[in-house]
Amino acid sequence: MLVTVKILRYNPEKDAQPSYQTFQVEAEETDRVLDLLEKIKGEQDGSLSFRRSCGHGICGSDAMRINGMNRLACKTLVRDVGDQITVEPLLGLPKIKDLIVDMKPFFDHYRRVMPYFISDLPVPEDGRERLQSPEERLRFDDTTKCILCACCTTSCPSFWANDQYYGPAAIVNAHRFIFDSRDTATAERLQILAEEMGVWRCRTAFNCTEACPREIQITKAIAEVKQAILSGKV
Amino acid sequence: MTQVHQYEVVVVGAGGAGLMAALYASRKAKTAVISKLYPTRSHTGTAQGGIGAALGNLEEDHPEWHTFDTVKGSDYLGDQDAIEFMCNEAPGIVYELEHMGLPFDRTPDGRIMQRPFGGHTNNITGKPVRRACHAADRTGHMILQTLYQQCIKNNVVFFDEFQAVDLIMVNGQAAGVVAVELATGELHVFHAKAVIFATGGHGRIWEVTSNAYSFTGDGPAMVLRHGLPLEDMEFFQFHPTGIYKLGILITEGVRGEGGVLINGKGERFMERYAPRVKDLASRDVVSRAIYLEIREGRGVNGKNYVYLDVRPETVNKYAELDGRTNPDGTPYRVTGEQILKKLPDIIDFCRTYLGVDPVTQPMPIQPTAHYAMGGIPTTMYGEVISDAKNTIVPGLYAAGECACVSVHGANRLGTNSLLDLVVFGKQAGLRAAEFAKGASFQPLPADPTDYARAQLERFRTADGSENAFHIAQEMRHEMFENMGVFRTEEGMTHALNKIRELKERMRHVRVSDTGKIFNLELMNAWELSNLLDLAEVTTISALARKESRGAHAREDYPKRDDQNWLKHTMVWMDEKGETRLDYKPVVITKYQPKERTY
Repeated sequence: MLVTVKILRYNPEKDAQPSYQTFQVEAEETDRVLDLLEKIKGEQDGSLSFRRSCGHGICGSDAMRINGMNRLACKTLVRDVGDQITVEPLLGLPKIKDLIVDMKPFFDHYRRVMPYFISDLPVPEDGRERLQSPEERLRFDDTTKCILCACCTTSCPSFWANDQYYGPAAIVNAHRFIFDSRDTATAERLQILAEEMGVWRCRTAFNCTEACPREIQITKAIAEVKQAILSGKV
Repeated sequence: MTQVHQYEVVVVGAGGAGLMAALYASRKAKTAVISKLYPTRSHTGTAQGGIGAALGNLEEDHPEWHTFDTVKGSDYLGDQDAIEFMCNEAPGIVYELEHMGLPFDRTPDGRIMQRPFGGHTNNITGKPVRRACHAADRTGHMILQTLYQQCIKNNVVFFDEFQAVDLIMVNGQAAGVVAVELATGELHVFHAKAVIFATGGHGRIWEVTSNAYSFTGDGPAMVLRHGLPLEDMEFFQFHPTGIYKLGILITEGVRGEGGVLINGKGERFMERYAPRVKDLASRDVVSRAIYLEIREGRGVNGKNYVYLDVRPETVNKYAELDGRTNPDGTPYRVTGEQILKKLPDIIDFCRTYLGVDPVTQPMPIQPTAHYAMGGIPTTMYGEVISDAKNTIVPGLYAAGECACVSVHGANRLGTNSLLDLVVFGKQAGLRAAEFAKGASFQPLPADPTDYARAQLERFRTADGSENAFHIAQEMRHEMFENMGVFRTEEGMTHALNKIRELKERMRHVRVSDTGKIFNLELMNAWELSNLLDLAEVTTISALARKESRGAHAREDYPKRDDQNWLKHTMVWMDEKGETRLDYKPVVITKYQPKERTY
């Protein structure tokens, strides 16, 4: 089938403003949008620029707006979106070139929530693993799935309104440690997330949950963090 | 203006091996990591089933058994001193990852959960053993995230989206790397006392592959261009279970949980090829079996695929026939819900890409190019060597898939790649930092960017009569046809001629993007030239080896020949593109080569 792909192009070395360019490309229903972009780049316009790596929804490189929704280009098939496809860069992050946005602000927010394991307890004397029950492990399973693709944060109206808001992805990564029974820095993380740019900016729009290609229940995770701040308990 | 940075240790690549190396090197030496991807985009994140370590959390297991299984899996080409070292280090390093916060799945008593995997056995009974420590079917993702998190915690310096394009060698010693800053297109020089390559694999040479677009063999290609050899390049693993046509990996963990391979006639054909462990034979054995079934006309619907079936009714039927039991002795049985919980990502892949639900339908699969056993030759401490006498190149280290220690020999066992990353990443980091502390910076050449600049410039000035996208397609197709699971003299010769033709055509490729900012077209062209060089030395190494061993299966030489070929291949390529081969003995300590059956 012939698919029409309309792409928001921007070359900072030439263009004052982004503008749309339309390509026609022969495709199968089961082709990924990423396959179409590769084909266009390979055969029609080599300057078309986008990030990609694993090609199957794990590395998080190719998040973009596809027909108005934040999605991974490698996890979106033609049969999911039809033969008229509009592709644009993520909103809310500075545009660099074509579908490439500046990820630095996103990773800066991530770093703010102490996204690493902290324990002031000694490791077991026999040198083996710390014990954790399957139930304790399950408590934070969902938020371990995050691939830092930024689909959630850049779909969030609160983030669009104020890009200093840490955003859903940072909160998800804080949640992963806050609810890990082995971690001992819960109080510090909750304090960070209780700040002005923390969880209270979330207005439960649910855009993040809908956008997440890993199907993480993000709004629920944020609610759990809010609850933990209010109750002082996890 | 070229910017010059100075660090004692520079790590190239930020996957499992690079991050582990950086964690250890940065404790003792001023260290920077440069990576063409944001670290969390690295291919380690796609590893699924588990990391091998004889913890014995669910049943009896020993590092000695793990060692023997790895030696046998390697078809006796792995160096036994290095394998023993890796398997002995395994339990300690898995505990270390857990102490860093890695969220492994847990047993009812709170310990790290383990599952069976291909080629890992109880050495007394010969039956599969639960050795793969896992976090659902995203163990690699958890390792990558955990190591990156620890690097942030320890203030490791990162240069994200800086693509290394040349190694700087001075007086036979590593002195740094040249990298392109993707955001500006500017060249940067990283002056270093020690350089660690952890750049990953090169599976994009093949058409059907599980590998990321970024797996273009940058490290090995850069090393090769500096007159250094690559080792055992003919050994490239085809994983038995890639999604039909797409090549996306379906973990061996599916078979570990009881899934079986079924041909077009509805037969569980692995019974015929590996009577004892059946579907959990090692990967080379299973991939060949699938190929043979398809060739004999027993593919599904006459097509080039077979089924991987993990529907509960199938799993339970064969578990009963096999007499498989749980650790407490009760019969092994599963429900759809349990499958869903243990293999969530696999289920998701199948639903997304195939529209198939593995709990109710079988998955169409075919072998997919997966893992480079060969690569930059190193000692078991990550030190790069320059010849068959194991002469060390001062200041140069390699770890992970780009390296060849060799612990995988002719065929890698599942779960041993994640283990390799962390064990040898750590060793390379420790050794590089130690070396840097006792060394001084080598003086840089007048313009260290000359060579890199010339390499990139030719893609801006060529006549433009050829298209890189089509050259890449032809390379992948040719290599999959003639350098795949089975090989012949005729097919490999065809491949070699084709690759040489494509290399010639590559001289005419000109990129259309004339800009500097994120000129990925330019970088992709450079990457393709890496793949072509590696495809060529892979084919040359394979043509010379007149035997079948592990992943190198020749129809014209179907037997392993220990008399003549129990040795590692070393291949060089000079400035004119001429290649040269030499051989290095295999280190054999405890296990004399035996016939290999499963």
